[in-house]
Amino acid sequence: MKEDATLAHNTDAEEPNRRDFLYIATGAMGVVGAGALVWPFIDQMNPDASALALASIEVDVSAVEEGQSITVKWRGKPVFIRNRTAVEVEEAQAVPLADLKDPIARNANLPADAEATDVNRGVEGKENWLVQVGICTHLGCVPIGDEGDFGGWFCPCHGSHYDTAGRIRKGPAPENLLIPPLEFVSDSTIKIG
Amino acid sequence: MAGHSNYVPQSAGAKWLESRLPVISLVRGSFVDFPTPKNLNYWWTFGGILFFILISQIITGIVLVMHYTPSTTAAFDSVEHIMRDVNFGWMLRYLHANGASMFFIAVYIHMFRGMYYGSYKAPREISWILGVIIFLIMMGTGFMGYVLPWGQMSFWGATVITNLFSAIPLVGDAIRTWLWGGFAVDNPTLNRFFSLHYLLPFMIFGVVILHVWAFHTTGNNNPTGVQPKTKQDTVPFHPYYTIKDLFAIIMFMILFAWFVFYVPNYMGHPDNYIEANPLVTPAHIVPEWYFLPFYAILRAVPDKLGGVVAMFGAIAILFVLPWLDTSKVRSGTYRPLFKQFFWIFALVCVALGYLGAMPAEGTYVILARICTVYYFAHFLIILPMLGFFEKPRPLPASISEAVLKGGSGKPAGAAAASETK
Repeated sequence: MKEDATLAHNTDAEEPNRRDFLYIATGAMGVVGAGALVWPFIDQMNPDASALALASIEVDVSAVEEGQSITVKWRGKPVFIRNRTAVEVEEAQAVPLADLKDPIARNANLPADAEATDVNRGVEGKENWLVQVGICTHLGCVPIGDEGDFGGWFCPCHGSHYDTAGRIRKGPAPENLLIPPLEFVSDSTIKIG
Repeated sequence: MAGHSNYVPQSAGAKWLESRLPVISLVRGSFVDFPTPKNLNYWWTFGGILFFILISQIITGIVLVMHYTPSTTAAFDSVEHIMRDVNFGWMLRYLHANGASMFFIAVYIHMFRGMYYGSYKAPREISWILGVIIFLIMMGTGFMGYVLPWGQMSFWGATVITNLFSAIPLVGDAIRTWLWGGFAVDNPTLNRFFSLHYLLPFMIFGVVILHVWAFHTTGNNNPTGVQPKTKQDTVPFHPYYTIKDLFAIIMFMILFAWFVFYVPNYMGHPDNYIEANPLVTPAHIVPEWYFLPFYAILRAVPDKLGGVVAMFGAIAILFVLPWLDTSKVRSGTYRPLFKQFFWIFALVCVALGYLGAMPAEGTYVILARICTVYYFAHFLIILPMLGFFEKPRPLPASISEAVLKGGSGKPAGAAAASETK
């Protein structure tokens, strides 16, 4: 009789019982602990302090004549600085927004939804200057200047064409060339980053 | 595996070892006594060839690391140092670099063999899937190894491939930065690729063991696709296939040596002898030849995310191949329609490889699109439908019958051989 009662007690135990709770609590602690241990091993691959420290550069552009470009290195990436000709600026300004593949300015100095007009791509009051990260937004190659169907840049890797304001017009790239955070600290010095 | 061993330990030492760790009977059961279909043709030797190349790559790789420096400032020079100063360095590096190409030649033949003879079908699905996993790890290893000399193609190949991950919605940019360890391919990228390039071959080795274990559990497929029924259908692995595989390996070594000693740079790119320059992309960048079909698929889709999905999909579809082919008949020999579609498919794969090397413009793009569509149609439409429409030719009753062309099958030599021991 006594044995039967013990058995009945065990099998009739409510679900979830104390043991289920212990299993779940132990398992949950284990998962949290494992996650906390795994994170340093994943995060060590993210940019380290020395990579983050290369944040900004200043470039003297006084020697760059109209129609010339220079390429500088910022955060390990090429940055194109172009002193555009009046014709190039006119061409870029004449393009209707509806013709653009990517209608967003991609300018780190403007709100994220700014339209890709030529004015929004350049620097206010210095429309001839175009400063952009020289990395194709498709798969990261460096486009070639004064090339392509739109007189701007052409990426040799997979055939993306950018116009004179660095906007994608044809080819697989999804976005306009990025404009990095920048400001003119004097008439002839640009701070990037 | 050990279950096939006829081994009975004789000496006191062997008995002592066998009762503690039955490693002798494991090896005997897997590679000596293992009953193997007696009709395997030379396409079956590529498994052994692949094992040989894997070992060769590991050995040449280990000694190259004794002279290589993984750093953006020293990597390119250290490779030139290997080529000019290190004793036999030129040979070791050419063996390793051409060995990668040989590995892919052999693996592609091995995969097409599996496709033609239906080696992926029940009960060998796991062997096939493990094979696809090996192929994936091989691709990762080959890609990262190509980055190590830090030439122009190394750098821009690494840039393009890591940028594929930026196509992933929402987290793409974070993943790319994490892979790079910075804001562009740079020293941290080179160092982690070196670390992984050293690790992955050993992972391949581990998966190869599982791959062999799986098809030793089910038994080898064979050119008829008919399971061995009696002892007359099989021969012991040694000496029949050890010798056949060895002969094929030596033939393959001749081809390998021809590349290494006569045209060592034929499958490379001259641009990779220019040190990496993050500010200039070479005018015409292409991946190594073994990635070209997938590269063609990537470029055939005029959308960034779509291209990446199609490229990875082209590999991922191989995982489900065992369930896409609805035909119960394994071997293509007895499938008159499948046989024709198989060769069209093989031709399309070669065409994709050619198109991947051509510039992405004009007719090349259109042809690449047609081939890409056909590649997926082969798996998603043709293979599932063929199983219903095709009338296969009658299968032989047994392997022996097929070998003896209808004879009742008492092949004196082979049967006697499998019964002795």
